[in-house]
Amino acid sequence: MTVTTALLQLEHVSIALKKTPSRLLVNNVSFAIEAGKTTCVVGESGSGKSLTALSVMGLLSKQLQLITGKVLFNDGDAGVQDLTLLDAESLRKIRGAKIAMIFQEPMTSLNPVLTVGYQIGESLTTHLGLKGDALKIKIASLLEMVGIPPSRANSYPDELSGGQRQRVMIAMSIACEPRLLIADEPTTALDVTVQAQILKLLDALKTRMNMGMLFITHDFGVVADIADNVVVMFRGEIVEAGTKDQVLNNPQHPYTKALLACVPDAEGKKPLKPIDYAWLPENEVAQNVQVAL
Amino acid sequence: MSESTLNLGNVILVANHLVKTYRQRSGKFGFGTTLVKALDDVSISLREGSTLAVVGESGSGKSTLARCLLQLQPLDSGEVFFDGQDLAKLDGASLRAARKNLQMVFQDPFASLNPRMRVGQIVGEGLLIHGLGSGVEQQQKVIAMLKRVGLTEADMQKYPHEFSGGQRQRIGIARALVLKPKVVVCDEPVSALDVSIQAQILLLLKELQVEMGLSYIFISHDLRVVRHIADDIVVMNQGKVVEQGSVVDIYQQPKHEYTRNLLAAIPGKKMANA
Repeated sequence: MTVTTALLQLEHVSIALKKTPSRLLVNNVSFAIEAGKTTCVVGESGSGKSLTALSVMGLLSKQLQLITGKVLFNDGDAGVQDLTLLDAESLRKIRGAKIAMIFQEPMTSLNPVLTVGYQIGESLTTHLGLKGDALKIKIASLLEMVGIPPSRANSYPDELSGGQRQRVMIAMSIACEPRLLIADEPTTALDVTVQAQILKLLDALKTRMNMGMLFITHDFGVVADIADNVVVMFRGEIVEAGTKDQVLNNPQHPYTKALLACVPDAEGKKPLKPIDYAWLPENEVAQNVQVAL
Repeated sequence: MSESTLNLGNVILVANHLVKTYRQRSGKFGFGTTLVKALDDVSISLREGSTLAVVGESGSGKSTLARCLLQLQPLDSGEVFFDGQDLAKLDGASLRAARKNLQMVFQDPFASLNPRMRVGQIVGEGLLIHGLGSGVEQQQKVIAMLKRVGLTEADMQKYPHEFSGGQRQRIGIARALVLKPKVVVCDEPVSALDVSIQAQILLLLKELQVEMGLSYIFISHDLRVVRHIADDIVVMNQGKVVEQGSVVDIYQQPKHEYTRNLLAAIPGKKMANA
């Protein structure tokens, strides 16, 4: 086994439906995340980026199975362990405490009948055993950290705006100071101004707590704002990976180029282009046939 | 009030001094009420064949404006002139007749299509309601429209869940345009879609605009998208119009602080112009 300094290392991860194990939804995906760095996984819907993130947490639904691959997580004191081999009990100890996740829709991922303070406190009680006043103080400081007045701890999710709810989600996820934060399209459901605030907040927290961040998005504009490294996925495979500078300014793969080309720019200089699949082998054949005819 | 309608011959839709107030329950146990001004003296005008974008954050009243223009929600006060008549004063029957020319494309392609209707029925329903043509003609119109938006004749027999987000939005566009309307209100038509699909839908909307001579009111919070589709922009904040003007003016010399904030929030500022 390779000795790595990486916080998280995915090695040859493949995921498929149990019914059709031959059709891989995620195919041989490998990449690493370092502490204090943000790795963005970019792709369209259906490219397998969310599945990859869920597999890290061991949260794949029952219909899916991990065919091959290792998810090596550097747990500091406990050393490097393969998350795919852990039983449910040990995984529970890692989830929320060492690896935390922010979901796409703040509207649906919070429990509507519990106060946000209670929901933030849950993982603190479970993992750190905080109770009573100590818990209240910690919740207040977390809310403050994400820019919500601590007095809102007794509010219910429906009393908060979309941006505030996503801030609560962030407060929940960073409560136990995880080493790795997985953010699955955390700003897609939000307005641009709120999106900019949330991105700034995540970036600041990442630096402050030296977290590694796995950030999933379909928007290259967001990538440019937040990423250190970029992984581009297409139809379950990684088509390109590299630093932000390499991928954004010098994309090698035609899919990356096509995806970059269809991001509208604010200046309006770039003509609007639909995504171009002409580079795909099956389309190339089709084109050649047309030419021949 | 109607001087602007008279002076500008090529203006197709004018809204003057629209006011819409919502009551919100507040206080302990919701016994109190506070009034929220969703539209506070909003006036806009849409030039024929052009696209007017309405931008703002959520809660700025832009969707309320869209609904109030089409009288999907009653106005508190104000007038909406289209085709020489004030829509706000029309009775139910004449309003329904006027809506043939006023159509809407909704934000969420997953929620705005009836899951129990086939695509053919969804797209053809407007023709049926307005009694346009015989059954066979209606069928043909539906097929032609579906083909125009990039779907096939076979798709008529399918249900909405069999389509992807982008395809569903195409169905929504076909439904709005099959009636050959003059004004189409698009309420965040691409916000629910992947960036890669957004461009396809925007281009489709642009092409159809030229072909059918449509005028769009385009509601959006994404200034990158607006830059590519709009001719004029109205910036809204808390129910008020804070700034309006041509696309070039607003992007190059935003006068209001709120507009500058919106522009600064566009993601990808650091992206080199590839």
